[in-house]
Amino acid sequence: MKIVLNGEHREVAAETLAALLDECGFSGRVATAVNEDFVPSSLRAGQQLNDGDRVEVLAPMQGG
Amino acid sequence: MRTFYGTQLPNPLMLGTAQYPSPAILEQAFCDSGAGVATVSLRREGGAGQTFWTMIQDLGVLILPNTAGCHTVKEAVTTAHMAREVFDTKWIKLELIGHTDSLQPDVFQLVEAARILTEDGFQVFPYTTDDLIVGERLLEAGCEVLMPWGAPIGSGRGLNNEYALRAMRAEFPDVPLVVDAGIGLPSHASHAMELGYDAVLLNTAVARAGEPPLMARAMALAVEAGRLAHEADPIEARDMAEPSTPVIGKAFLS
Repeated sequence: MKIVLNGEHREVAAETLAALLDECGFSGRVATAVNEDFVPSSLRAGQQLNDGDRVEVLAPMQGG
Repeated sequence: MRTFYGTQLPNPLMLGTAQYPSPAILEQAFCDSGAGVATVSLRREGGAGQTFWTMIQDLGVLILPNTAGCHTVKEAVTTAHMAREVFDTKWIKLELIGHTDSLQPDVFQLVEAARILTEDGFQVFPYTTDDLIVGERLLEAGCEVLMPWGAPIGSGRGLNNEYALRAMRAEFPDVPLVVDAGIGLPSHASHAMELGYDAVLLNTAVARAGEPPLMARAMALAVEAGRLAHEADPIEARDMAEPSTPVIGKAFLS
């Protein structure tokens, strides 16, 4: 399946958001959104991915 | 003393975590200033996020995530939800940028986003202008803190409009007020506190100074001095001199 992950086009095997995080090696404190909507961590396993989905995986960063 | 959503700050300095030369210098700046609040953000995970998270936790300060760079209500609200989950706090520094050059807040969207987030259980710290009516609308939307700008973010110009900030303090005597952005020097931070503000939020002035920990310490001393000065009820300025040494009893020696 082709998705856009953090702005980059990717070909992935994962069919859910939780599986995608595993496949791409994300761990620790991250927050997720699919197609500009927040997906809480508790709902990632049930969040099916579709071709063309835009996925954002964000982490703590410096800020002012 | 006014509290921030029921939380008493250890001191009136809120310090940003961006732009430091190194993580060690950032840590030293927090250590030397005793700042009680650290602002943070969320960005695409590129590997550095988890290390940063560990470091921030070790600082032992209150965490205030921001929505920096958001230009729409939808974007800001989504970012706030993501921040709440990652940082495990209801606090959100709500930034809705309206102008590219000045980074002036889009106050219309700000009020709308503040209302939505308050209804969702957030405790909103809105980065706003010094406009009284906008302040009123933000309070109506559920904000219990206002954070007017001193000057544009990163400009280091100090308090651009002292009159407006003074008016805001007078208009909202019971609301915790923070001057957020534009501070360049300790005298600017002190000035804000002398006006009766409850805290100062700054980042660039410390992070981009030649010696950030030294400037952080200077800022901490300045906010404390300003706070004490406000409590001490300063004298009014006057146009003419008034001798401080008694005139009566002066000898005739000429």
